[in-house]
Amino acid sequence: MGFINVKKKEVQIKIVYYGPGRGGKTTNLDYINKKYKQRIKTEMVSIKTHGDRTLFFDFLPVDIGKIHGFDIKIQLYTVPGQVKYNATRKLVLKGVDGLVFVADLQKERQESNIKSLEQMKENLLTHNKDISKIPLVLQYNKIDLKKEGIPLLSVEEMEQDLNQELKVPSFVGSAITGENVVETLKKIISMTLISFRKELQ
Amino acid sequence: MYDVSQEQLEDIDAILKGDLLSIGVHCTIIIDVAGNTIAQIDDGHCTFDVAAFAALAAGNFAAVDAMAKLVGEEQFSLHFHRGESESIHFSKVNEDILLICIFGQDVSLGFLRLKTAEVIDKIKSIWDK
Repeated sequence: MGFINVKKKEVQIKIVYYGPGRGGKTTNLDYINKKYKQRIKTEMVSIKTHGDRTLFFDFLPVDIGKIHGFDIKIQLYTVPGQVKYNATRKLVLKGVDGLVFVADLQKERQESNIKSLEQMKENLLTHNKDISKIPLVLQYNKIDLKKEGIPLLSVEEMEQDLNQELKVPSFVGSAITGENVVETLKKIISMTLISFRKELQ
Repeated sequence: MYDVSQEQLEDIDAILKGDLLSIGVHCTIIIDVAGNTIAQIDDGHCTFDVAAFAALAAGNFAAVDAMAKLVGEEQFSLHFHRGESESIHFSKVNEDILLICIFGQDVSLGFLRLKTAEVIDKIKSIWDK
């Protein structure tokens, strides 16, 4: 739930990167952190396992400037992707305003993508949120693996698996090289802000 | 998205200052369960990153709350971390917001709990306006 602080003239918005394990959610935030280092005043917070996997969440606050005189503070979170951490994923989704679903283009990850999206739908329902009503962007990640000869799914297959009903914006990208990472972020920020336009006017 | 009026925020700040900073609490923060910071008052010596603290505190509180439910408790009545020089006390104001106090060894936990109970009642009545 976004919060408007009329006293400080500031709006806080929560955007969560969701998706299957090892899909590139944390790598998206790492790239954003490096790219916008000057605008990000604080360190990225990551709660990781010893094996460097996300245990609870990553957190990165980004200031994007003013709209209608309000400072817009975007708070980016990731969820832990591993199947066993669903209870934690639910907690991170509390009060979410916008979502990026990071899917993995690798053929062998097809089922994990579908299962993760299904579970996201269910988890949102536990917070009384409908996937069709919340701002959502899909990112088909790891296109960089194509040149290494790893079998990837086509964009059409990804759309068929994940976006047939949702019909939300999607980007083919690479979190590791940065391809379409910023475009994904810009899209979800603009969609989320549009959903709040009445409150901001 | 929700908002709170300037008057409500000023009333909350006044309560935090008058009832908690006055007894020696170093920093007090009101956050919502999503991790947004609603109000923050400190004694001028708190230099940590409040946004990151709020995100971690909301996650921490939510995790403890979920653990309570797993063992059949509605909630744990005391949520407190004691450090060598700084300690943190969490309390639930209502379903949406939490009160966090960071304090040193010169404040007793018992007294703080009494004061936070009073503060919670006051904030609730402002919040419900």
